[in-house]
Amino acid sequence: MNIGFFIDALITVVGVTTPILLAATGELVVEKSGVLNLGIEGMMLIGAVTGFAVTLNYGPNLGDMAPWFGVLAAALAGAASSMLFAVLVLTLGSNQVATGLALAIFGIGLSSLIGASYVGMIVPSFDSVFPDQLAGDPLWRVVFGYSPLVYFALLMVFAVGWFLNRTRGGLILRAVGENDLSAHSIGYPVIAIRYAAIAFGGALAGIGGAYFSMVITPMWAEQMTAGRGWIALALVVFSGWRAGRLLAGAYFFGVLMTLELYAKASGFSFLPSQFWAAMPYIAAVVALAVISAREVAGSEAPACLGRPFLPNA
Amino acid sequence: MNVEAPLRLKLIGVSKSFPGVRANDNVNLSVKAGEIHALLGENGAGKSTLVKMIYGILAPDEGEIVFNGSAVRISNPRAARRLGIGMVFQHFSLFEAMSVLENIALGLDSRLSARELLVEFNRVLEAYQLKLDPRRVVSTLSVGERQRIEIVRALLLNPRLLIMDEPTSVLTPQEVEQLFETLRKLAASGCSILYISHKLHEIVALGDTATILRGGKVVAHCDPKRETSRSMAEMMIGANLKEIAKPVMRGFGPPKLSAQGLNLPKPSEFGVALQDVALNVRAGEIFGVAGVAGNGQNELMSAMSGETLAPTPGAITLLGREVGRLGVTERRNLGLCAVPEERNGHAAVSEFSLADNGALTGRDRMEMVRFGLIDPGKATNYAAEVIGAYTVKATGPGALAGSLSGGNLQKFIMGREILQRPEALVVCQPTWGVDAGAAAAIHQAIIDLAARGSAVMVISQDLDELLTLCDTIAVINLGRLSAPMKVGEVSIEEIGLLMGGVHGDPAATVEMTEALHAHPA
Amino acid sequence: MRIRLEKRLTPSRFMQVATPVASVLLTMLLGAIIFQLIGFDGRRAIYETFITPIVASYKWQDVATKAAPLIIIALGLSLGNQAKIWNIGAEGQYIIGALAGAGVAFALPDAQGFWMIPLMIAAGIVGGMAWASIPAFLKTRYRVSEVLSTLMLVYVALQVLNYLVSGPWKDPNGHNFPQTPPFSPAQLLPHAIPGTAIPPGLVVAIVLTLVFWLLTTRSVYGFSVRTVGAAPNAARYGGFDASRTVWSTLMISGGMAGLAGILEASSQLGQINLGFPSGYGFTAIIVSFLGRLHPIGVFLAALILAVTYVGGQVAQTVVHVPNATAGIFQAMMLFFILASDILVRYRLRIIRDTPRAAPAEALA
Repeated sequence: MNIGFFIDALITVVGVTTPILLAATGELVVEKSGVLNLGIEGMMLIGAVTGFAVTLNYGPNLGDMAPWFGVLAAALAGAASSMLFAVLVLTLGSNQVATGLALAIFGIGLSSLIGASYVGMIVPSFDSVFPDQLAGDPLWRVVFGYSPLVYFALLMVFAVGWFLNRTRGGLILRAVGENDLSAHSIGYPVIAIRYAAIAFGGALAGIGGAYFSMVITPMWAEQMTAGRGWIALALVVFSGWRAGRLLAGAYFFGVLMTLELYAKASGFSFLPSQFWAAMPYIAAVVALAVISAREVAGSEAPACLGRPFLPNA
Repeated sequence: MNVEAPLRLKLIGVSKSFPGVRANDNVNLSVKAGEIHALLGENGAGKSTLVKMIYGILAPDEGEIVFNGSAVRISNPRAARRLGIGMVFQHFSLFEAMSVLENIALGLDSRLSARELLVEFNRVLEAYQLKLDPRRVVSTLSVGERQRIEIVRALLLNPRLLIMDEPTSVLTPQEVEQLFETLRKLAASGCSILYISHKLHEIVALGDTATILRGGKVVAHCDPKRETSRSMAEMMIGANLKEIAKPVMRGFGPPKLSAQGLNLPKPSEFGVALQDVALNVRAGEIFGVAGVAGNGQNELMSAMSGETLAPTPGAITLLGREVGRLGVTERRNLGLCAVPEERNGHAAVSEFSLADNGALTGRDRMEMVRFGLIDPGKATNYAAEVIGAYTVKATGPGALAGSLSGGNLQKFIMGREILQRPEALVVCQPTWGVDAGAAAAIHQAIIDLAARGSAVMVISQDLDELLTLCDTIAVINLGRLSAPMKVGEVSIEEIGLLMGGVHGDPAATVEMTEALHAHPA
Repeated sequence: MRIRLEKRLTPSRFMQVATPVASVLLTMLLGAIIFQLIGFDGRRAIYETFITPIVASYKWQDVATKAAPLIIIALGLSLGNQAKIWNIGAEGQYIIGALAGAGVAFALPDAQGFWMIPLMIAAGIVGGMAWASIPAFLKTRYRVSEVLSTLMLVYVALQVLNYLVSGPWKDPNGHNFPQTPPFSPAQLLPHAIPGTAIPPGLVVAIVLTLVFWLLTTRSVYGFSVRTVGAAPNAARYGGFDASRTVWSTLMISGGMAGLAGILEASSQLGQINLGFPSGYGFTAIIVSFLGRLHPIGVFLAALILAVTYVGGQVAQTVVHVPNATAGIFQAMMLFFILASDILVRYRLRIIRDTPRAAPAEALA
């Protein structure tokens, strides 16, 4: 084993971590506002197929900018699909668990429908944001050699952490998730704030999905997110609703998922490859147990999480 | 031209309807600058609806609101605050997991930095001589301190009109006095106060003028200093007050329900631990437990009823049997019934029919179950029996519990327990949020049950209620129960001190509590 | 003009029945429009998906075959949902149930007794329960949300299946396909009524529907489950234990999913292969909501969903819609039923904004 191997491994970890980090960062904001959106998997897939389709169809006209438009479209598509959930849950007061699940099922179906004609095609991916000397350097690529979305994801975690804890807007968002009735009676527009949070979560999930179809492979395949949306959900609980721990947790899962890839590729493992494939999910369940058992006091879990709110009815 | 200062607030023909109810009907009201104006009425008279319209939470269907001489349309609380209207809610609008300062910041619309906010916060504390630690998390504060947050939050706005919705229901007598001091200071500085209450002696003590609401309508404007509590009560109720019939001399039988050395850890972060609680309720006795909310009442309630199991069987005794480790159903089958404080979602399931709510606790004692199946006919009959016996206003046993008014649901719940002929009954806040007619009926039912030889334990924050109803009274404070005292031999001041005096002075409280624990019954 | 929601004093019985029907009809209508817009024959696609399986009697057996596992799983899920315990992982319990039953079959390859089938079924139920006991334990002991834990375990179950059929249980004569050897004739579930093609699962489903009907509407247990879901504090006050409800509902729904799994394996496939997980566990969640958590409703809803499965395949071959079609229709139905739920509890009132009359007293 040499340094190159470790750098390769590290780059793989960052790659598999980024989409769940993006989706989980969005979901953190959604849950902090008191809403549980289980539909991440569906929003990611819709983002994945939209980003891919836009890049492919408009690529020739847009040149280098095509992937950027693709990502923008993925964000918009993710946000748009989340609005379906938002209308049901916020305006019509439907059950959040069931509605989120419906969104997941819908996203899986819709993305397959749209994506059917794109199977097997390839899109151009992002150029590096850094000069080739750095991005291509055998050593420095570990810092500079990633897709711009990787840096964007990191930026978003820090931005969300700062927003939630250091700004008045974040204070209000947390207040809405903590006690919607109080926030309403003080005069904050609870429903509007939750709409915004859900849209933000949808946009980040969409971008997370686009990372699959535009950076990792870069091609479209049915259900290509392979359950990572659910991992993102577990990650938010695992983080105890804190941005810093979300980042750490994402990389923990990233390492586990990388182990699966390496186990499959090199067969170094004495355990069957299916064990490594199941590993992130087993780890998620164990992590949930450990976290839930410990977080008795002082948990940052929003008190209104998952509860419907219909003030005037 | 009028030389007088314009009225601070004038309501002209304000009406508001909800499905099936006309909550406010053509309400007219005037409040002068610097005036303390009491808004008086029974539960359900429409007081809260009215002030919610003034604070912009609800929009009036008809009518006009004039503030400082100009007609205004207050579309939301933010707009109200911009006008200089502040409000302290009955159910606090606080965020448990956040700090005092964060809670204050959320109630302000101006963007102050944390440092500026702290300066302002300290200025208000000093001006009104209030104590409050800005860094504490709300969930660790007493009810009195929580209310102080609400008040400080309102005062920081330099309000011209402050609305107080039932502010004293959670305070000790001493804390009430302190609150009145603050309000008088505020009024002297020119701020008008609209003070909602149904406690008449407070209004006599505090109010400059009073408006009395009944059934959504204004029935009188009066000067409380010239009225008696009784005359205002009769205006409020619209009928002559009924005295409850309580036998004067009564003997008590042997103890039916007792607790001995009952210790329970905190049920949750926000709960209270019970410490060495001892009590004895005899046959025919009504035993009252007084105390400020959040001092262990709910914990005591669920320990007695069996919702929480005691650590040892001997901690609770029912008819001579040790039942500390028996669950709700077993205790109930032995003759212990209970009515917890919260009607919706605890004593009754709002979205269930009355028949199902009857089966919730009556299924075994009223023999509704055979082979694990509930006989729907028997459940319906039992609910009908309760409805008939306690004149519950409902469309029938099929009506949903949530469709009943608070008073009617409470009558149903009390009736459901009493018709099971319990040997012992534990009730918490039996008349909380209930209109006077229903309250009288409930009190009478409790007295009648005791007269038939049952042991009754009443846990209440309403001291007046306990003093009229009970034979014996004990005070719960910080999870410790005082020694029992005979009603009629104990003063309100004494009870007030036991209740914790003025919160925030723990030394005096502990001293007082210890002194009275040593006090023989 | 505005639309205002007004809470009903009692939930509308009419809406409870009408909204699922309307949801299906709206799905058909909107589906036709969408497919027309994206370039298919929309009317035909809807006809083939929703109507053909009903009018063509040779499709009835297919419908019944698909409906049976949906009914069995959804009955269990509905019970849990009444207690607001969300078992999202029935798919995993279905897989593990089938594997447990198959494990018994492979352990006793030569057994001929009549007890073989009952033993396999019992193993299937126990397998599903065992898989559901993990989230039950985690929820009651560590307060882990069952929504996430049940779901995660689906992915673990898929890998268990994958491992077994491509490893230890792989058919040596299977041309290297990831599949198990076939069950012996004694391990195959016969048709319910000899000489007919009625799938045995359907008979089980009908019996269980009636059992669950009695259980949920009349029994103290069903009452306790509803109470825990509606008001946990009232349940405790009424003497119903929440932890016990978590355990019992997860055991029942897990066991039912396991039962569906082994019935499917031993009556339809006769072996287990990689294609065994067919999404019944997820579709049953839709069935449960479309059936309004009521056993009879569940039965009817499962028939409708089964129709879309069968019809979706017809539409694929006739109108060439993609195979994702059925999934989209199912999700749309769930969206509609959830969106219309509010009509059960609330009344929509249209309010005309009339100009405000000038208050007379203002002038006085």
